[in-house]
Amino acid sequence: MAATISDAGTTRRDFLYVATGAVGGVGVAAAAWPFIDQMNPSTAALAMGSTEIDLTAVQPGQQIVYKFRGQPLFVRRRTPAEIASAKDVDVSALPDPLARNLNLPDSTLANDADRATKPEWLILVGVCTHLGCTPTVSTPQMPEGDYGGWLCHCHGSMYDTAGRIRKGPAPQNLLVPQYTFLSDTRVKVG
Amino acid sequence: MSGPSTYNPQSGFERWLDSRLPLPRLLHDTIHTFPTPKNLNIWYTFGGILAFCLGVQIVTGIVLAMHYVANANLAFNSVEGIMRDVNYGWLIRYIHANGASMFFLAVYIHMFRGLYYGSYKAPRELIWIIGVLIYVLMMATAFFGYVLPWGQMSFWGATVITNLFTAIPVVGGHIATWLWGDFAVGDATLNRFFSLHYLLPFIIAGVVGLHIWALHVPGNNNPLGIDVKSPQDTVPFHPFYTVKDAFYLTLFVILFAGFVFYAPDFFGNPDNYQPANPLVTPPDIVPEWYLLPFYAMLRSIPNKLLGVIVMAGALVTLVFLPWLDTSRVRSCRFRPLMKQFFWVFVVACVLLGYCGSQSVDAVKLGIPMVWVARIASLYYYAFFWLILPIVGLIETPKKLPASISQSVLPSAAPAE
Repeated sequence: MAATISDAGTTRRDFLYVATGAVGGVGVAAAAWPFIDQMNPSTAALAMGSTEIDLTAVQPGQQIVYKFRGQPLFVRRRTPAEIASAKDVDVSALPDPLARNLNLPDSTLANDADRATKPEWLILVGVCTHLGCTPTVSTPQMPEGDYGGWLCHCHGSMYDTAGRIRKGPAPQNLLVPQYTFLSDTRVKVG
Repeated sequence: MSGPSTYNPQSGFERWLDSRLPLPRLLHDTIHTFPTPKNLNIWYTFGGILAFCLGVQIVTGIVLAMHYVANANLAFNSVEGIMRDVNYGWLIRYIHANGASMFFLAVYIHMFRGLYYGSYKAPRELIWIIGVLIYVLMMATAFFGYVLPWGQMSFWGATVITNLFTAIPVVGGHIATWLWGDFAVGDATLNRFFSLHYLLPFIIAGVVGLHIWALHVPGNNNPLGIDVKSPQDTVPFHPFYTVKDAFYLTLFVILFAGFVFYAPDFFGNPDNYQPANPLVTPPDIVPEWYLLPFYAMLRSIPNKLLGVIVMAGALVTLVFLPWLDTSRVRSCRFRPLMKQFFWVFVVACVLLGYCGSQSVDAVKLGIPMVWVARIASLYYYAFFWLILPIVGLIETPKKLPASISQSVLPSAAPAE
């Protein structure tokens, strides 16, 4: 018995136990993976393409909501006053100082110019970054929240006129999706 | 299930069966002769009531699944079809929908009873922990079920609850996508929730089996919280508690039927009679009443990750309860100090529920409800992590009776 221990305790049988266990473990993991991965979005869901939007009908101060990848897409034509109030903000003091703009590098700061490439057109995924509700747009006639942008009624997150989180539990600014202007009145999202 | 058996097979067939599959012996020992403390009160009838609720939900649910279509385009109309076209579909759906609320009503009474009489204390820790597991499974099942009619509240409730996972750093977003099977709640989500909603009740039934098995090892606690010391302290389960359970079950079913027939939408939300619309969130998202206290905790914290942690922690805390209570006396009947903290705890839970039902910026009597929710959440945590350990050490309990039978016999000295 003592001799076996001084041989570092390894026998042919120990080796077989460990090897069998390891192969079995890998086999179970490999067999489990398809059952886990089937829950992820299917190729059909992944293949959902881009959307082209005609902007001619959108008036200054108006927001149009489109459906994009099953989620609301906000297209807001901002008034000069809304643009001015969005520019007049100290970015470093924001709860989320990053632009969250898929057209720009991740480290870009949330200056208004990097939230809306064309200042008049603010294009956002209309999903509150807290728990996914659709925020309500604020207009001068019907203000929502304290910052002139959006208020999420679910848990009280307030966004400004650049879609940046200003107050409430949401951790991030509203997401700017990938988009390109095809002409002055046509934008391709996605 | 455990302990010495008193089963005595009478016929030749019973002896034959007993030596092969002793099912009659199991039933005889667990629901016939099982020695049960003779002083169990009305609050101890809710275990049986809960078993009844689970049965009702399974039977009505199987029937509903025969007529329901788990497809985002068809689900809402198939539920309306059940309500209008299927023979007695309205009745079966209303029983199922109100049955969920009755189930939670009973489980909350059952849990508060366990808390009051110290039924979680040694040697019954595992009964309590298995019970917490059943409670969590019930909440998951109820949540999946609430999504199925695919109304506005279904859709947005599913959105908010699944988005809780996005609070987890780094992998949270991937977990949410994995749960949805898409980039938002949609058809794939509805299908898997239906599959899980059908599965989980049978898992619950299995775990209930463990709950009862664990109960039958030490036997029932009782309102005095003292151990059974002699056969004089107990009566056989049948007919004494089968009859008592049946009587209170009947009263419970009258209440149940009252909701089903006279106020079937009492617990429902009118927004759920609108088909799901992924572009418009209803102005006030409210979960079902039985989840409101946890929802209030979530909303009272102005930080996403912390809010989710506080909410989930409130459930995890329950698992540790058996070791947080340092008192050697089980029942609050003999714990004058803890009894008061217990009732404040009940009030805090009800207050949390009320705050959860109000809109996020509600102010009542000049008090912002979010602050009420914060104080009540704080008390919830303090109750388990501070009050229970400390009061158990400093409190002087009242004198315990010598035995159960002594305290119930007319000639006995008063218990208190």
